[in-house]
Amino acid sequence: MAEKIKVAVAGNPNVGKTTIFNALTGARQKVGNWPGVTVEKKEGTKKHKDHILEIVDLPGTYSLTAYSADEVVARDYILEEKPDVVVQVLDSTNLERNLYLTSQLLEMGTNLVLALNMSDRAETRGDDIDIRRLESLLGVSAIKTAANEGRGINALLDSIVNKTESNPPLPHEIGYGGRVEENICALEEILGSDRELSKNYPSRWMAVKLLEGDENALSKLSSSSIEGKVQNFLSDLDHEEYEVEMADKRYEFIGTLLPQVCTTCAEDVSPSDMVDKVITNKYLGIPIFLTLMWGMFELTFAFATPFMELIDMFFGWLAAAVTSNIETVWLASLLGDGIVAGVGSVLLFVPNIFILFFVIALLESSGYMARAAFIMDRLMYTMGLQGKSFIPMLTGFGCSVPAIMATRTLEDEKDRLITMLVTPFMSCGARLPVYILLAGTFFSRQAGSVIFGLYVLGILVAIVSAKLFRTFIAKGQPSPFIMELPPYTRPSLKDSLQHMWNQGYLYLRKVGTIIVGGVVLIWLLAYFPQGADYGSADSLIGSLGKLIEPLVAPLGFDWKIAVALVFGFVAKEIVVGSLGTLYGTGEGEALSSALVADPGFTPAIALGLMVFTLLYVPCIGAVAVIKKETGSWKWMFFQAAYSTAVAWILALVTIGVGNIVL
Amino acid sequence: MSNKTLDLLDAGQNARVIQVKGKGPSRRRLLEMGMVPGVVLSVTKKAPMGDPVDFKLKGYNLSLRKQEAQMIVVEVTGGVK
Repeated sequence: MAEKIKVAVAGNPNVGKTTIFNALTGARQKVGNWPGVTVEKKEGTKKHKDHILEIVDLPGTYSLTAYSADEVVARDYILEEKPDVVVQVLDSTNLERNLYLTSQLLEMGTNLVLALNMSDRAETRGDDIDIRRLESLLGVSAIKTAANEGRGINALLDSIVNKTESNPPLPHEIGYGGRVEENICALEEILGSDRELSKNYPSRWMAVKLLEGDENALSKLSSSSIEGKVQNFLSDLDHEEYEVEMADKRYEFIGTLLPQVCTTCAEDVSPSDMVDKVITNKYLGIPIFLTLMWGMFELTFAFATPFMELIDMFFGWLAAAVTSNIETVWLASLLGDGIVAGVGSVLLFVPNIFILFFVIALLESSGYMARAAFIMDRLMYTMGLQGKSFIPMLTGFGCSVPAIMATRTLEDEKDRLITMLVTPFMSCGARLPVYILLAGTFFSRQAGSVIFGLYVLGILVAIVSAKLFRTFIAKGQPSPFIMELPPYTRPSLKDSLQHMWNQGYLYLRKVGTIIVGGVVLIWLLAYFPQGADYGSADSLIGSLGKLIEPLVAPLGFDWKIAVALVFGFVAKEIVVGSLGTLYGTGEGEALSSALVADPGFTPAIALGLMVFTLLYVPCIGAVAVIKKETGSWKWMFFQAAYSTAVAWILALVTIGVGNIVL
Repeated sequence: MSNKTLDLLDAGQNARVIQVKGKGPSRRRLLEMGMVPGVVLSVTKKAPMGDPVDFKLKGYNLSLRKQEAQMIVVEVTGGVK
């Protein structure tokens, strides 16, 4: 009978934690969310010898205070779920800062295995780390790994299994000395009087956190009998002084430990500093940044085109085959015009999304993303945001859904809220088919410039909106910028593919359910009531369009556009499919010809429609994510109403100007 | 005395941390990242727009906006201006 072992993987950001996790679990991972919060949770299993390892990837953190949602998640998992073994992944070339987290994990009484990752780099540098000595000094197991080469993974698995078979760890204590120790003892005594509590949380750890003024730790006492007593005790203390003293003691502890473990570990000018002399250079930094971003999009779209053409051909063929081979008219129509066309118009887009996520993963794991935040912070700060907002907003060009999820890297709630509210203005990939259709049809020669202009417009609206929100809604300053610039690393192809697959799969799942459902709904509304011509003014969809037509009439949009926009809420690319259905042409050349032939569809209207599609309420997926991530209907409705109002006004202006100029 | 706040240093200068002022989460984070009194650091670079500033301490690179750097009082110990 195989024994189950619960393993949690912890570690600082940028130490190769993901690579270790991927190497431990393999490609079959369950990606989801931590309950109650919006931090990504990855799980996987691994059979090793006679054991089944259930491995959870904790968010990357520098510490285990309650500074960010990530840290609370990591900490609560260790406290509440009590994993059998915690693996901490460390960067061997930067042990000092990495050991700070180790000191906290030890304080929590975890059964700790240290994976000294990037050991290949440390060795090249000439560092000689005595892991046996490290093990005996800390009472942990330690393994040298180089996960990018797959080195040490088996030994790590052995070590995890052995760790569960050995004796439970001795609680490890950092002596804080003097009055800090006195207070820890006094608090421990108070905490010890509540049996239930001291069974759940290590008393010493709890006492340390309380002294540091950790409110999240304090809240864990809220239902206990001793809360009043503890608060009374804490009220006389100056947490700020204790904070310094305790951080200082932890680093002092590390400072005395390190020379015993590594006599040759030297600080020197790292190759990354040399590279940064160019990459973040005063004059070159921004041009390099812009070139990389441009390259990313070139790659994404140029690479995706052949795949998109193949998918387009396949679904065109399939729809035709279905319609001509099924005799029941309504069924043939449902399958061909509804389902196949719907799935096709959605999948058409998958190559773009996959490649974009792949490139983003490459940039992230190479260490460049942090430089991008460093370079962009000054600019983002003037918009009322911060450098880290840049990454979700960039991701917004792919898809708003993961982009809004990516705001989780922002610790500050206000920064995060504003970033979430403006990210949908970054023109996501789903809007591109609409531009391609309309710009391609009406502005064939200048289509590229028109599309580029739309992307710029989205960015400008995001900037102005962020400024407005910072002034009127989430008042105050952007949060502090305290960020590591990790050493440059050769990105791992395997990890990037895994990231691409995980993120792309989330997108696909959304596509599979909501969007296809939306297309089928369109088909139903277009097909019924019986006897009405498909998608005509007599169909349900026509009635709906007529109903909302007055709202968009000032823009010069007719009922067909109104209907397409309503269904664009399901997913913006459906605007294309919907227009195809409504003009009775399907997609492609036939739709373009039909649009040109429609006297009500002028180039100005086309341009206005693109602006409207860019800016109005984001798709149902994005809206749902905003609701989930803000935890509030209010912000969801606010974002929907605000963006639609902006879209309406700017489309009106565009069409007005367009009528004169075009 | 050459005590200054960290935001006033130029690239290439070295300094020792004397005190971390301010309060709340950002101060705690600075401490956790190793900005404790006594630590020796150097200014590696400034972002193209002059802010944030990147420092080398404890063998890694930490960048701070000037606003946060202002919370840290240091003693300039040398280095090239």
